[in-house]
Amino acid sequence: MQRNPQLNRNGELQHLLSIDGLPREVIERVLATADSFIGVTEREVKKVPLLRGKSVFNLFFEPSTRTRTTFEIAAKRLSADVINLNIAVSSQSKGESLLDTVANLSAMQADIFVVRHGSAGAPYLIARHVKPHEHVINAGDGRHAHPTQGLLDLYTLRHYKKDFTQLTVAIVGDVLHSRVARSLIHGLTTLGTPEVRVIGPQTLMPAGVEALGVHVYRDMREGLRDCDAVVMLRLQNERMRGALLPSAQEFFKHYGLTADKLAAAKPDVIVMHPGPMNRGVEIDSSVADGPHSVILPQVTFGIAVRMAVMSMVAGVSA
Amino acid sequence: MNALPDAEKLCLQLADSIRPQITSNTVMIGLYTGGVWLAQRLHALLDIAEPLGTLDIAFYRDDYHQQGLARDPKRSSIPFSIEGRDLLLVDDVLYTGRTVRAAMNELFDYGRPARISLAVLADRGGRQLPICAQYCGVRLEVPAGARLRLRRAEDGRLSLQLEHAT
Repeated sequence: MQRNPQLNRNGELQHLLSIDGLPREVIERVLATADSFIGVTEREVKKVPLLRGKSVFNLFFEPSTRTRTTFEIAAKRLSADVINLNIAVSSQSKGESLLDTVANLSAMQADIFVVRHGSAGAPYLIARHVKPHEHVINAGDGRHAHPTQGLLDLYTLRHYKKDFTQLTVAIVGDVLHSRVARSLIHGLTTLGTPEVRVIGPQTLMPAGVEALGVHVYRDMREGLRDCDAVVMLRLQNERMRGALLPSAQEFFKHYGLTADKLAAAKPDVIVMHPGPMNRGVEIDSSVADGPHSVILPQVTFGIAVRMAVMSMVAGVSA
Repeated sequence: MNALPDAEKLCLQLADSIRPQITSNTVMIGLYTGGVWLAQRLHALLDIAEPLGTLDIAFYRDDYHQQGLARDPKRSSIPFSIEGRDLLLVDDVLYTGRTVRAAMNELFDYGRPARISLAVLADRGGRQLPICAQYCGVRLEVPAGARLRLRRAEDGRLSLQLEHAT
């Protein structure tokens, strides 16, 4: 049997590539560790010495502001040295291959590669070729996975709702192009969430999504009924090929989250969004800034979750 | 068979020895896990104005690169400013001194106390760093391979326990 590429032979997290296939204990350990790091982020000195002398390379083959920044802050709070590489405008445009790029950075004494890439599987390819002391963290690969986002979503849900085994969670919008949705669905089912719903137009729903253990709704009000949490997805204009949608206005009318539609959910529902938001497309400003919104706390939690993942992998060897 | 001293009795004796030094400037911080149990006792016995602080030194350990990150670290919580305070650090067992070293490093990321003193229930010797306890319940000879630690029963009773290496 082939070993899970994310775990070492003791079952410890060595790379973080996807929530899919991650044992429940590992997910729970990330969440518990992140919780301790929240304590650090609330201090005057928001830094611990764990990764002193380690180098974290942020390899972003796709543009990103929030994810790259939060990885950078997380690494710096662990006292690592951070090197940001924006490869879209770098050597790849001169024709260097992915593995050559990584081999060169490895020669510069890297310890952790944080990788965002437009192609699904790119972080797996890198993880197969790095040295035993080097670690790969997937920061989003194509439509496939965005595990740290999924983990921070899980952290947020646990923070506000405590018990996953009592929850009804709806994920709304462009599920087809969303690596965030895929990662979150795997996490929710692994932690025993009884009811996970996906809501959106058929053209933005991946074929066979039910196989992931979710219920599919076309009508948003129906799908939001009695939900404990709503996760809005960004309408990914840059990933759209062909006419999947009549218009942004039309989308907002049916699937934009408004206070009116949200009233179908439970009174203490929380509203999440991975960002960046398209106000007036998938979410109304009154909801994004309203009392149910936990969108900004998600960003703060994201730093603690990334600190947890980096400190867990960097302390483990192959 | 259990020749270890009674932890409950030691706890009271330790509190008595600390009591004369307590002032309005004293604050107390316990180290997870056994040190927190002991500190909860001492804090209640000693009438300290500020609430108890707790520290988990997982992010400051010097064996991270050999052992990796500790499982299930707790969230450190110091609900007062330690700046200029007389700080009483509490742990259950003093051994190599590495935990106390890590704790002091962490504390200085919260501020600059006027003084740090260390109170432990048991000192088993075997120091690897120049650290000593100002208040100590008992000194014990423990074989190097064995592990001495504080246990807390369901009813809250504290006891010292010796685990031999297997």
